[in-house]
Amino acid sequence: MIPDGIDDEDKWLAEGIAGVQHHAFYMHRALDANNLREALKYSALMLSELRTSKLSPHKYYELYMRAFDELKRLEMFFKDESRHGVSIVDLYELVQHAGNILPRLYLLCTVGSVYIKSKEAPANDVLKDLVEMCLGVQHPIRGLFLRSYLSQVSRDKLPDIGSEYEGDVDTVIDAVDFVLQNFTEMNKLWVRMQHQGPGRIREKLEKERSELRDLVGKNLHVLSQIEGVDLEMYKETVLPRVLEQVVNCKDELAQYYLMECIIQVFPDEYHLQTLETLLNACPQLQPTVDIKTVLSQLMERLSNYAALNIDVLPEFLQVEAFAKLNGAIGRVIEAQVDMPILGAITLYVSLLTFTLRVHPDRLDYVDLVLGACVKLLSGKPKIEDNRATKQVVALLSAPLEKYNDTVTALTLSNYPRVMEHLHNETNKVMAIVIIESIMKNNTCISTADKVEVLFELIKGLIKDLDGTCADELDEEDFNEEQNSVARLIHMLYNDDPEEMLKMICTVKKQIMSGGPRRLRFTVPPLVFSALRLVRQLQGQDGAIVGEEVPTTPKKIFQLLNQIIEALSSVSFPELALRLYLQCAEAANNCDLELVAYDFFTQAFVLYEEEIADSKAQVTAIHLIIGTLQRLTVFGVENRDTLTHKATGYSAKLLKKPDQCRAVYACSHLFWVDDQDGIKDGERVLLCLKRALRIANAAQQMASVTRGSSGPLTLFVEILNKYLYYFEKDNPQITSAAIQGLVELITAEMQSESTSVTSDPFFSSTLRYIQFQKMKGGVMGEKYASIKV
Amino acid sequence: MNFLKGAFWQPCNITILFSDGRTRKQVPLKKENGQTAMVPLFQSQENIAGEVVIEPVQGKKLDHIGVKIELLGQIELYFDRGNFYDFTSLVRELDVPGELYEKKTYPFEFSSVEMPHESYNGVNIRLRYILKVTISRNFISNIAESQDFVVRNYTPPPSINNSIKMEVGIEDCLHIEFEYSKSKYHLKDVILGKIYFLLVRIKLKNMELEIRRRESTGSGPNTYVETETLAKFELMDGTPVRGESIPIRLFLSPYELTPTYRNINNKFSVKYYLNLVMVDEEDRRYFKQQEITVYRLLES
Repeated sequence: MIPDGIDDEDKWLAEGIAGVQHHAFYMHRALDANNLREALKYSALMLSELRTSKLSPHKYYELYMRAFDELKRLEMFFKDESRHGVSIVDLYELVQHAGNILPRLYLLCTVGSVYIKSKEAPANDVLKDLVEMCLGVQHPIRGLFLRSYLSQVSRDKLPDIGSEYEGDVDTVIDAVDFVLQNFTEMNKLWVRMQHQGPGRIREKLEKERSELRDLVGKNLHVLSQIEGVDLEMYKETVLPRVLEQVVNCKDELAQYYLMECIIQVFPDEYHLQTLETLLNACPQLQPTVDIKTVLSQLMERLSNYAALNIDVLPEFLQVEAFAKLNGAIGRVIEAQVDMPILGAITLYVSLLTFTLRVHPDRLDYVDLVLGACVKLLSGKPKIEDNRATKQVVALLSAPLEKYNDTVTALTLSNYPRVMEHLHNETNKVMAIVIIESIMKNNTCISTADKVEVLFELIKGLIKDLDGTCADELDEEDFNEEQNSVARLIHMLYNDDPEEMLKMICTVKKQIMSGGPRRLRFTVPPLVFSALRLVRQLQGQDGAIVGEEVPTTPKKIFQLLNQIIEALSSVSFPELALRLYLQCAEAANNCDLELVAYDFFTQAFVLYEEEIADSKAQVTAIHLIIGTLQRLTVFGVENRDTLTHKATGYSAKLLKKPDQCRAVYACSHLFWVDDQDGIKDGERVLLCLKRALRIANAAQQMASVTRGSSGPLTLFVEILNKYLYYFEKDNPQITSAAIQGLVELITAEMQSESTSVTSDPFFSSTLRYIQFQKMKGGVMGEKYASIKV
Repeated sequence: MNFLKGAFWQPCNITILFSDGRTRKQVPLKKENGQTAMVPLFQSQENIAGEVVIEPVQGKKLDHIGVKIELLGQIELYFDRGNFYDFTSLVRELDVPGELYEKKTYPFEFSSVEMPHESYNGVNIRLRYILKVTISRNFISNIAESQDFVVRNYTPPPSINNSIKMEVGIEDCLHIEFEYSKSKYHLKDVILGKIYFLLVRIKLKNMELEIRRRESTGSGPNTYVETETLAKFELMDGTPVRGESIPIRLFLSPYELTPTYRNINNKFSVKYYLNLVMVDEEDRRYFKQQEITVYRLLES
């Protein structure tokens, strides 16, 4: 029974085909001679080739097809009574004289088909007889093909409604009965194949078996094509009987395939109306059946149906589709004890997708699904399976995608509870998904409560969760994650200052728990967010009256102070410094001198205590200078203190060029080019002179250490400062001083024996002077005294 | 040679003609030499009439001491060759002793002849009917000529015709229940029925229904029994499982059956059996045999 090898099987197939051809040849001769007796004899011999047990289903099919083609010719012959002279009724008996059952039944089916066509007997009687007689073939493969032949020759002859074979009384039910019976028997044969053969080739056999499944499934297709199968009949007869067979066959492969078939071949409307019946079958299937795929397909079909036909939605509600599906999934999970968590979650993902598509307005459904998941996951260790994790992520992402509004997700009480069951890693992935969704949809989170929930959801990003070793994290990933959080903070916004402040406080509380590594990313957006609020309050200043207003810039600044302090304490002094300066500026705009002063103080303290790197110092001092220059809130005293400090630090920088540049930058602290800005020309000049001294010293140092004095860039830069103040009408800056400086530079250059033109900066500065001279007018006059 | 030829030389031609010979149904009959001839068909209680034509060879005189025609029903046992038992013997004298010079025709008639047994050609036995014309002569051997005819008797459908229903099995191995719709079948009948598998623990390969004819001849220690399988009809292909029900539909017309004959003249019986045979994958056979009665239906 078991083929020794492929070669043998090919050989047997070749022999079989040769046999078919041989007998078919004589059959043709008999047909040409209109010799019925011979035709029957040779056709039976030909069909006897199909009695082989040696071929795999695949090869058997090939052989079957050969015979099938020949039978078509025979059928033509049978049809024409004038050729053989025997009435169809007699012919129907005559073919049954054949001794071997398989050829006998093939011939009977062939004649039966002609018999129905002749309408000498009611189609249903003939069909009933044929399907009964086929019981004699109990060999799975041979039986399947025989019945498949029966189904093939009869499918256009069913006594369906509107068919020419329809009888007087309700014959549709006979048609249905016939197909159902054939289906049932075929399925039984098909299932029986699994029990054949020893274990070692079981797998191969299973594969072969699955190749035959379409023979069985075709019957369902035929059923779906019968006009007379209306909803009523489907509900009362077809589905219960099909399901009965599916459940009773207790075979994994068959159950899976047939459930799939049912879902695919019958109309969605029927599924909707018979949902309960269909779903009730699911928990009764074998525990190994992949029900999740089946149900997923069902749900997908139903949701497509709902999506394409909006007017059927009431039906969905009427049949309580969601509740039924939900219940069924629960029962299936209960019934299939061994179902991996993956399967269960996949089911819920499908259900969720279903409800999102069909009942987008029913958030409670979504929450219900998530709740079911929580129930499923609770009491179990965190999910290890990668794919299961992915499914959970899909589960959680679905509502986000659907609603384009993460806020909706925030109202789902079970959402965070599902997340709890994820590993930290996944939690993070999920958190990023959430954030991305918010970003993509530009969702504004506008209440402190929501902020609270949201941060609960993304807590994987906000703080170190236990069990995560920081070393394991990839630096880049970490940065990426934290950047996301930073972006998220910008999405939190409410027009109402009070609520906004609450939100800020909430966020603060959250990010403060995040540990030093995160503050770098999270503090700046929060600070800016707060500063925005400050500006907003300032804008409304007139509108809000009364002392009891809880939200005042002062309060916010206090808060900011705390926030930045946290940052400065964890070795991000430079960043803290910048933020302090930002705050100082904001305080300045709010006219809060003391606050601004305090921020500045903090900045200076940081500068002194924390910023040691010389480069960082340079940057910091320039920032300080720049900020300070613009602050107008300070009184003379405070300002003096601060400018003094700034210039002092400038001069103490390590490298001479840095010193020089910082010092000349300081000059701006004394000359604010505003209407009522400070214009202390003397101190400006002092600064510039000091800068020149330093530049000189730098020059000398260079010539001592390297033998050449190097470029005169610093001088040129200072020259430009001179020109600036000159143009700004600083009385202390005279054309003579400029003249002197130009000459000094030219002289230096000559001593270095480089041409004036070789320094582009200097030469363009000179060109500028020339240009201003030639421009004429006030400026031209000013410049007139400078000779270059 | 001439001398020998002379000794066996038939001095006349004898022809037996039936009066309704043109219209009477003819059926094939296998003769001793193996050839088949068409002979007239009669049934019991029919009149058998016709004429005998005797035509002496041209110009010869035929002396005889009487001419008679006999209707004989004979049972011939092959293992007891030459031994005929005449169960029916009717004689009509056609002519008194005398001389025949020319062709002479004698009409004859046997009316309402009792022919209770049917013609039968079996393995060990033959039952036949003949008309035999004998021209008796003095001193030299009689001249005889015979003509076969076939007798078939028809019976109306039996008033009681129960189904055959039975549950059989091998303990813990195979249990089946089978049913044949009737116990009595006419020759063109159909056997309908089904086999229901109650328990199947063996791997069956196929199942057949055989029609067997059991011919027993003689009696006592000299009983000879011959069994022939006339039909092997495959009912099932493959291995059934518990709960399967396999239909039976076997048309009897293609097979050459005779009615069941029970103890014909104390010489022989012919009985028919249905034998249900199941074959397993090791080619072991399991079977159950049931007698059926076959009769020749009187067509109404």
